[in-house]
Amino acid sequence: MELKSLYREIVNEHNLHPTHKKDLASPTMVLEGVNPSCGDDINLQLQIKDGVIEDAAFNGSGCAISQASADIMCDQIIGMSKDQALRQAQSFMGMIKGTATKEQIESLDEAASLQDISHMPARVKCAVLGWRTMSEMIGKLNEEGVTDGSASASGQDTCGACATNSAAVCKPGCRQCPV
Amino acid sequence: MARFQEDFPIFRDNDVIYFDNAATTQRPVQVMDAMRAFNDECNANPLRGLYDWSVRATEAYEDARHTVAQFIGAERDCEIIFTRNTTESINLVAYSWGLTNLKEGDEIAITVMEHHSDILPWQMVSRQTGAKLVYLECGQDGVIPKEEYTAKITEHTRLVALAEVSNVLGITNPVREIADFAHDKGAVVLVDGAQSTPHMPVNVRELGADFFAFSGHKLMGPMGIGALYGRIGLLNEMPPFLTGGEMIESVDRYSATFAPVPEKFEAGTVNASGAVGLAAAIEYLKKVGWDDIMNQERMLTRRLMGELAELPEVTVYGNPDPDRHCGIVTFNIEGVHPHDVASILDSEHICIRAGHHCAQPLMKHLGVSSTARASLYFYNTEEEVDRFVRAVGKVRGWMGY
Repeated sequence: MELKSLYREIVNEHNLHPTHKKDLASPTMVLEGVNPSCGDDINLQLQIKDGVIEDAAFNGSGCAISQASADIMCDQIIGMSKDQALRQAQSFMGMIKGTATKEQIESLDEAASLQDISHMPARVKCAVLGWRTMSEMIGKLNEEGVTDGSASASGQDTCGACATNSAAVCKPGCRQCPV
Repeated sequence: MARFQEDFPIFRDNDVIYFDNAATTQRPVQVMDAMRAFNDECNANPLRGLYDWSVRATEAYEDARHTVAQFIGAERDCEIIFTRNTTESINLVAYSWGLTNLKEGDEIAITVMEHHSDILPWQMVSRQTGAKLVYLECGQDGVIPKEEYTAKITEHTRLVALAEVSNVLGITNPVREIADFAHDKGAVVLVDGAQSTPHMPVNVRELGADFFAFSGHKLMGPMGIGALYGRIGLLNEMPPFLTGGEMIESVDRYSATFAPVPEKFEAGTVNASGAVGLAAAIEYLKKVGWDDIMNQERMLTRRLMGELAELPEVTVYGNPDPDRHCGIVTFNIEGVHPHDVASILDSEHICIRAGHHCAQPLMKHLGVSSTARASLYFYNTEEEVDRFVRAVGKVRGWMGY
């Protein structure tokens, strides 16, 4: 898809009129996701009960692709179990890296329309920001063996290098890389 | 096609507008021809061999040093050290001069508009020696007021490091005034010339620079070659930065004595063909001539800033006077993130930079998280400026506003 059509058909709507860009009344888990190299910054909020994502929202600022991708993601993961959401994130990362199967891409539904971002290395980190942040939150929950999202989550950071190029090797300490 | 663009193969047979010249510039055939001639006619390891090719390689390399010395007004050729780029030049000074000469109680003064390559080396020196890092602040117009530098540069200041031209605002700092004041206080002055050398004549002695760093690729030379000028008295007293081949006088099992400058600072096999390319780029600049270069850039920058001022959604940062921008115009479009601006303009075959421009402290100082930047060079044209501004005027529409 040509870039302008991608913006026109998918990104602009979610960027200018996001459904889930707001604060949740009672999130059980909140995490800041940052792309330091471009200043994308989202505050992802999940409300998880008995292992199910009951509600999801985000706030913050960033480019249209990061905002739209986070909005599409929130739309999709509401109602999913945390493991389903994690699988969805893996499919999305796989799509961006070019390793996802046809079935995985189909399962991504509207998010699959961001597939062309995989040809724009500089914008990959924008598209995956929300998904990486969500994966880390659920990773923390699973680590701590709780189901209600009461696990603690602190700020996070990317190593910067990894996200611009899906083949890049991360620096030690980077916990967010799609690779 | 404009008269200069014919010399640049990359501009042939396409409609790409290259407005990212502050990041790197394009290379004319003259530069590539010079490098090809080196490779095809006398490629050998300079400074070592006793045969014809190596002798000629050495001559080519040392001729390039002479060209650079003349270009920036160094008194002697040996005051020019070839490096990879501005960053390496500044690191050489930080590791060699900085770590040796600075201690707790000393101060390093740098400006808030420095590129990260003129910030991080001094943070390192500060951490390791205990010397304090002090920032000279500029106004929203990019100007560092006299009260600012006369208050912050004191008898404790041992080093003042500043860009001659800011890579974000394009403003030219009053280097000579600041250097005179710093010298009176006994400080050494390092000038980052990465953004000035492509756009204006430089004379390190008239500037009052004790060290001066610049990159070849920003003035149409190849990537991977840059230079450091150092006053001979300082260079002679400094320890080597890197050690190894070709920088020695003699080596025993447990000790070594070092070669004189500049070889003392050029360990290992040097980038001779890069140096030859840099010299060819300097010759090309001279052939075009500073008057034509500066006039063209001034005309284009006035036109660009004048046309952008007609667009209410565009904010331009820095000085309102286009003649103080050195071809660098940093801006934002209301409601559109600079990365989206750059991606959208890319689909119009227009290359600009977006982000923090390796100057995060300045971005914070200006109160913006990121910006778009168009940076011009003399080979750009009025038609390109007009097409660029037309595209900028359509960005909000493409973004769904």
